[in-house]
Amino acid sequence: MREHVAFVEGIALWTPSLPGWDIARAAFRGEGAGTEPPADRPSPELLPAAERRRASASVGLALEVAARALAQSGRRADELLSVFTSAHGDLAINDYLCRMLVDAPLLISPTKFHNFVHNAASGYWGIATGCLQASTAVSAFECSFAAGLLEALTQCAAEQRAVLLVGYDTCAIGALASTNDSRGLLGAALVIAPQRGLATRASLGWSLAAGANARLPLRSEAARPLADNAMADALPLFEALAWLADSSSSTPSATALSMPLSATLALQLQLHSFEPPGAARQALLINDYHEPDHEPDLAWARRD
Amino acid sequence: MPQPIRPVQITAFTATSALGVGKASMVAAAAASRSGLRPNDFGPSPLAGWIGRVEGLEAPLPAPLACWDCRNNRLAWLGLNADGFIEAVHTARRRFGPSRIAVIVGTSTSSIGATEDAYRVLDAEGCFPPALRSTRLHTPHSLGSFVQQALGLEGPSLTISTACSSSAKAFAAAERMLRLGLIDAAVVGGADSLCGSVLFGFNALGLVSPDPCRPFDAARRGINLGEAAGFALLERCRAGAGSERRLQLIGHGESSDAHHMSTPHPHGLGAERALDDALARAGIDADAVDHINLHGTASWKNDEAEARLVARRFRARVHASSTKGLTGHTLGSAGIVEAAFSLLAIETGCMPGTAHSDKLDAACGPQIRLQPAHGEVCVALSHSFGFGGTNCVLAFARGA
Repeated sequence: MREHVAFVEGIALWTPSLPGWDIARAAFRGEGAGTEPPADRPSPELLPAAERRRASASVGLALEVAARALAQSGRRADELLSVFTSAHGDLAINDYLCRMLVDAPLLISPTKFHNFVHNAASGYWGIATGCLQASTAVSAFECSFAAGLLEALTQCAAEQRAVLLVGYDTCAIGALASTNDSRGLLGAALVIAPQRGLATRASLGWSLAAGANARLPLRSEAARPLADNAMADALPLFEALAWLADSSSSTPSATALSMPLSATLALQLQLHSFEPPGAARQALLINDYHEPDHEPDLAWARRD
Repeated sequence: MPQPIRPVQITAFTATSALGVGKASMVAAAAASRSGLRPNDFGPSPLAGWIGRVEGLEAPLPAPLACWDCRNNRLAWLGLNADGFIEAVHTARRRFGPSRIAVIVGTSTSSIGATEDAYRVLDAEGCFPPALRSTRLHTPHSLGSFVQQALGLEGPSLTISTACSSSAKAFAAAERMLRLGLIDAAVVGGADSLCGSVLFGFNALGLVSPDPCRPFDAARRGINLGEAAGFALLERCRAGAGSERRLQLIGHGESSDAHHMSTPHPHGLGAERALDDALARAGIDADAVDHINLHGTASWKNDEAEARLVARRFRARVHASSTKGLTGHTLGSAGIVEAAFSLLAIETGCMPGTAHSDKLDAACGPQIRLQPAHGEVCVALSHSFGFGGTNCVLAFARGA
């Protein structure tokens, strides 16, 4: 099958022990330790105060990694399509609703109910940033990050537009914990673009491959404790991104990765670090490129 | 503005709702404005009101699919077995191979009804009884996994859950995968079943009508919830005998309101953007549209904003109507059910009316019709909007 290409402009990861991509990248490379004590769950600072009070833990997590990936890309929120992926959505709200239906169905909180929709984070992202672009919310059980990545790559290639991908899952609580083994908080986000630009950090060749496959092993001590979160299928890709040569290196590096979409289908990825700055810049003068409009700073994404 | 797309062929489609199993039930009910709504009799302590409930969901799934058994997947199974849909998928599977056919389905609540039931029978430790423990069942992708297994397919499998636009957005996602050549065909659609979460949740929001819902009526009082399943088989257009008459998806548009979680934008800002994108991808302007299946939930705010959008954008002779009075609001399934109504309008000329409504809101233009009509429909649109400010407009036509 023909290989498509996307360009990674923003990378974010958040979990209480690795609250940010710089910390996570160092830890995945074995060059740094996790944060001790673990960070408190993120508050959705992007949202207006009233909405911030209403938003749930999963929304705080999703918006945190979304804002960080976006800041790194230097793009404006309102130019991006978005794909939000989560295996289970907000498990605490699922537990709340199921409990209330047994105990006091007439007292269900209307705010909790509208936060219960799987696209809550997608909706709050629009409210936070004023972005009117298409946004979707998807789920694919233990392959949710890979399936969300396929959807984001597909939108990027088909529409020739930059796409924000946000993956997040939370911890099962209450009775749900006896049937659902997702634990902790894990959020991971990418901004991908159809053309390379000044913000490009890596290129991502991709195609689908049919045939039996297996889940990828985790390479680092830092990633292994995160394996019991339902978004853990993102981790091998973020480990690979951590190991790609950074922009200070003069030798590009490459790695191949096969992310399972099911037991018999995989998303084949070819990651390349972007060329050294000099060569890249020269190429950019020839080809069309995207110039970041803003300094990477979280504050710009907030809508007054 | 997006570029025009190459139309996608709709090889087969079906829908099952409170009106009955399959397409014939929809055409018969629409032509006579015969509603499938009935007083709420769902669950252990039903609230007063009206629902669109599907009959025939008591039998468990066949043994090979038993691990997926729950009301939502039974509804999906009932829907898959209508109108020769499974046979059409099997034909495509032989032609393309199972790994070249995607399953992209929409649902708002998937199997949550099974999770709710388990909470009523927790053991002494507050845990699910062992027989009910299944991570794969108590999760949104239960629907996508079930449909993929039931059809023996092995291509990309995705569950879209964007509230009431879910199964409409499945068409857009599938068209993009077809356009890139990632797949040769896609099963799209979805299933959403009645459950306590939505019946009591919408009640908490004060959005449920005590009477049969009256979309676009000046005295409308809110929505009635319903359940439904529906599916369509999409492929790239093929030349061949009869191909010029085949039904097609010609455009789709998606957008966000960026306004409020449970209230639509008052001026239909996001909805109009989705409409513009759908028309641009179809390469047509609004005057080419003959029929619109509106979102028309009978909620106060949706209908007002949508009526104004239709009044300012479409010519007077467009026949626009809402089928929510026939089926109830089937949430994540509304997109596929109303896509099916739109395709049936093109296929049979039957344009539904707006059941139960009798005095239109002052915001309505001449486009919004209360009575069903019969006529030639070349281009039909279907509107689907949802919580979180999500919007999707689909455009359908017959091959030229």
